[in-house]
Amino acid sequence: MFKEYNPIKKKRLQIIDNDGKVINQKLMPKLDDKQLIKAYKDMLFARTADLMIVNYQRQGRIYTYPPNYGQEAISGAVAQIMRDDDWLVPAFREMGAYLAKGASLKELFIYFMGYEDGSLFKNAKNFLPISVPISSQLLHASGIGYEINYNNKDQIVYTFVGDGGTSEGDFHEALNFAGVWKAPVIFIVQNNQYGISTPFKMQTASDGIAIKALAYGIEGIQVDGNDFFAMYKAVEESAKHASGGNGPVLIEAVTYRKGAHTTSDDPTKYRTKEEEEKWDETDPLKRLKAYLIANKLWSEKEEEKIVPQYKKEIDRQFIEAENYGEYALEDVFKFMYTEMPQDLKNQMMEHEKFLKWKEARS
Amino acid sequence: MKKVMNMVNAINNALDIKMAEDKSVIVYGEDVGIEGGVFRVTEGLQKKHGVERIFDSPLAESGLAGTAVGMAAAGLRPIIEMQFSGFSYPAFNQIISHVSRMHNRSRGKYKQAIVIRMPYGGGINALEHHSESAEAIWGHIPGLKVVIPSNPHDAKGLLISSIESEDPVIYMEPKRIYRAIKQEVEESKFAVPIGKAKVIHKGEDITLVAYGAMIREAQKAAALAKKEGISVEIIDLRTIYPIDRETIAESIKKTGRIITVTEAPKAFGVSAEISAIANEEAFLFLEAPPKRVAGFDTIVPLPKGEHHYLQTAEKILYEIIRTVKF
Repeated sequence: MFKEYNPIKKKRLQIIDNDGKVINQKLMPKLDDKQLIKAYKDMLFARTADLMIVNYQRQGRIYTYPPNYGQEAISGAVAQIMRDDDWLVPAFREMGAYLAKGASLKELFIYFMGYEDGSLFKNAKNFLPISVPISSQLLHASGIGYEINYNNKDQIVYTFVGDGGTSEGDFHEALNFAGVWKAPVIFIVQNNQYGISTPFKMQTASDGIAIKALAYGIEGIQVDGNDFFAMYKAVEESAKHASGGNGPVLIEAVTYRKGAHTTSDDPTKYRTKEEEEKWDETDPLKRLKAYLIANKLWSEKEEEKIVPQYKKEIDRQFIEAENYGEYALEDVFKFMYTEMPQDLKNQMMEHEKFLKWKEARS
Repeated sequence: MKKVMNMVNAINNALDIKMAEDKSVIVYGEDVGIEGGVFRVTEGLQKKHGVERIFDSPLAESGLAGTAVGMAAAGLRPIIEMQFSGFSYPAFNQIISHVSRMHNRSRGKYKQAIVIRMPYGGGINALEHHSESAEAIWGHIPGLKVVIPSNPHDAKGLLISSIESEDPVIYMEPKRIYRAIKQEVEESKFAVPIGKAKVIHKGEDITLVAYGAMIREAQKAAALAKKEGISVEIIDLRTIYPIDRETIAESIKKTGRIITVTEAPKAFGVSAEISAIANEEAFLFLEAPPKRVAGFDTIVPLPKGEHHYLQTAEKILYEIIRTVKF
């Protein structure tokens, strides 16, 4: 597949069209009905949660949040393939993958409500916290990849970045290090056409991102990121490639950020309605749903039944998060070092004395 | 068994001991493999421990620090070498944004047992970017520990402690005295604790706090001062952060006077922090204002002008006399 889709050929892997019809039977991944329904339900759950979070934010119940809306097939595909032992090194727009790793929505809510505790992800093994400085996380993935090889482990690292992040030096360094080390890392670029407001053509003169793989001596492939089947196939083949000791893969998932960059952003300032409508036709959930309905695996009725259940569950977790409790002063200091240095103990004690003084005065 | 070692030998010895003892310790950086680094600090270690455990990295400092974050999260104990501290700046984002924060961010789930070694300081007639002393920058970053040895014994003991630390350590090597000081150093493993300064010369009239290559100048200055009838106490700081306030304060309480000697620029530096400690912890014992003998707030000049910049024993003596006579 990597040969056939060598980025130099300027081909994009696509398996279903915008109406959910299979146009590339040869590369159609082998998924049974149960797996397909699960994948769709995972994506639907993630989208339902995502849209609700934006509403919570509008209600002032959560701080800034970066929506996933429109990009669900990318982490949705990874979610079906990633194993318990595999590593997930996130950027911040891959909710489906976090949930698959064992993170709870409640924890994500806690994080976006402003507690570090939301980054603990208690039940998620091998999952680094969300990384805010763009592209810097990719190097962590390469380092983990070295450790996997060093200890002969059967693991893969999945890491994410956006199209804007590919302009950062760390993107280059991470691919270069992983290439030299033959590290089992799958780099997934969610090319959603914008870095906040900066359009892709202002980001690079390159014809896409996948082709950059060639410069690092690694495999690369451009995929229709809104086509669940194409994403699944690309991730599946990449995992095989990386597991086989053949080094990293760069996947460029071409998609569209239907929402804003974060809830603080206003996309009407930099893109047109026409453009948004054109991309709406490629919507990943719409396409997978059309495929499932045509194959009698799903119905509007089932969807109408399940979405309210999802909403109830999401709201339940949100309310639990809202009742998380006070941010204790000690939590500011506790994890700075494995053992708290005396200076920090003193600073905390001094502040406690001030708080007591303040309380006594009032 | 003791063996005569210079600082390069002592660091090499500490790396060797920890690599032999703990398979999770790995060393990488620019040219540290077959060549043993530009200062030969890692010479012979690749032959002994293998190319998987000590190897040349691509030439990218951010890449070095960033990959170490991942390795440490996965349970390794990477030791990375910045070829010169002046070239560590591309790694700034990784060190400040992740090395120092991952443990806190993940609420203790992911340790960052990383040592970042970097030769620093002037006096070696080098090109631009090879002579800075940027310890204050690292000391200012919450989540990091910063150590600077001044002799082979401490270089070994502090490096052992740094490698065994569960928290990230910036280990700065005063390259000017890499080979200048020889000592008998215990060949087997020993540790010098992080966070503890040491009174290396007892005195009554004035306290000198210094570290790294400045210890040698402080010792010369103390000998000169003795001839003038002034008894100098010298504290080797050894750890920049967490700083040993207690040892500094106790000495001031005895002598009533303090001078901090650093190669680094004066403004916002370690010497400023020590002056603040003197005021906060021993104000009523002070008989003269805390003094700083530090670099100018300028760029370290190229070799022909470097003598203007570097602190000397005479300059320290000059300030000792002024402070005692205050």
